[in-house]
Amino acid sequence: MKKILLATAALSLTAGMAMAEAHGKTIRMGTEGAYPPYNFINDAGEVDGFERELGDELCKRAELTCEWVKNDWDSIIPNLVSGNYDNIMAGMSITDERREVVAFTQNYYPPTASAYVAASEGADIEGGVVSGQTATIQAAHVAESGATLIEFATPEETVAAVRNGEADAVFADKDYLVPIVEESGGELMFVGDDVPLGDGIGMALRQSDGELRDTFDAVITEMKEDGSLNEMLKKWFGEDTTTYE
Amino acid sequence: MFSFCTDPSILDDWFWFSCYLTTGVHMSFYMSFLKVLLLLAVTAPVALAFGFGGAMMARARFVPLSWVGKGYIALVRGVPDIAFFLFFVIALDQGIEYLRHKALCSDWDMPIRQGSDFVVCQAAKMPLGNAAQWVHETYGFGLAVFTFAIVFGAFAANVLFGAMRAVPRPQLETAEAYGMSHRQTFWRVLVPQMWVYALPGLSNLWMVLIKATPLLFLLGVEDIVYWARELGGTKTPRFTDYPHPDWRMWYFLALLVFYLLFTRVSEVALDRLMKRLTRGQATTGGEAQRRAGA
Repeated sequence: MKKILLATAALSLTAGMAMAEAHGKTIRMGTEGAYPPYNFINDAGEVDGFERELGDELCKRAELTCEWVKNDWDSIIPNLVSGNYDNIMAGMSITDERREVVAFTQNYYPPTASAYVAASEGADIEGGVVSGQTATIQAAHVAESGATLIEFATPEETVAAVRNGEADAVFADKDYLVPIVEESGGELMFVGDDVPLGDGIGMALRQSDGELRDTFDAVITEMKEDGSLNEMLKKWFGEDTTTYE
Repeated sequence: MFSFCTDPSILDDWFWFSCYLTTGVHMSFYMSFLKVLLLLAVTAPVALAFGFGGAMMARARFVPLSWVGKGYIALVRGVPDIAFFLFFVIALDQGIEYLRHKALCSDWDMPIRQGSDFVVCQAAKMPLGNAAQWVHETYGFGLAVFTFAIVFGAFAANVLFGAMRAVPRPQLETAEAYGMSHRQTFWRVLVPQMWVYALPGLSNLWMVLIKATPLLFLLGVEDIVYWARELGGTKTPRFTDYPHPDWRMWYFLALLVFYLLFTRVSEVALDRLMKRLTRGQATTGGEAQRRAGA
């Protein structure tokens, strides 16, 4: 009995110290800033979007000081593990390959549908040329599907490739494509069926940062339960978007 | 920026553009031009110093020192820039943090390498985790300057090494005949004469350096190419007050003009420098100048 008490005391003490340490430091949040509506640079030159609003709210609830950092998508995970920032909120899908390198919180965006967009109804998405962003689950899916994959560094370029005829279709998160298709005035359209990929979008952290992960995890649970996360999802992705039960 | 910019969707072209081109993001875009110019202004002399040091080492009479100099030149010239930038900068950053960690956090009992993670104590972070964003950016900029200097220093070292050997042998022999020491011969006879042989190679390097700045974004420094791509990309009305289609072509056209102007100015300046350096030299250029003057 005494031992258990002692262990509990020690545990709570270390937890308290960990909390104290977390309070004293600024959490640097890494993002790409090129993936509306998840994250983008607004007219004032600041990071904006669903993840900005959600991230700020998470930090507020967890009583952390947070600061946003932009980083290229290609080097976003290496720079996290080497400690240049403390987490990633960049529309990053939770996958097993990534889990080997980084730790994820539970998802804050339900498993996403990915979709094909093409310039014409009859585009060949199974044997043709399909564009995707480098190092995304969509690119991996295209590579396996039998279509010829061309990769681009930014999401913007993957869509531009369809516009100028370099690719027959682009394969990306549906939420990223919806505003683009709507604004294109009939030039671009969805083809084929939506494909569910990944385990949803979560925040990535260093595997050694267990406490910080638990802190954010708890706050995400809280926001799921009180419905505020659903409101945010509806605000950024429209009324019809998938929400949490 | 201006008072009439509150609702851009009703403005006509002229006003729309005056608002559009003065948004916060565009200010960052203009700042990045200054950033690139500053980087070049700092990097060029530092790289030249690295090059000079490398060349001096490579031709040292003390053999191990000459190996170090030649090794530096061969290694850095052989590794692709992009690999060097990805690997070296992260390694350098971790090296600095590792040393600070050893010095500042002796009571730390966890391993620094945990799987793929690199974990040091908070006090050893470079810059400190709670430092302002501009400190982080300045630090990144400093790393960028250093890395550029090492890469371009190696090329410059090779150029200078060749230039030092191109100085006519009789010049050095004459200096020795006058009783100058090895050091005196180097500084008074060799170095003043070698620049004319080095300049064509160095000016080449300068031109390449001007155009190598997009590598900056790998280090988290946002340069002009990053902003041109970001600003030129399609903007849908949901996320901005200034929607526009894919304008990357126009932004990159502006960059093209900038780079062309910049290289033109460099060429003019380098030409004048070349004229100045050729004066009185025992080269065809120097001979032509002497004839024209006579």
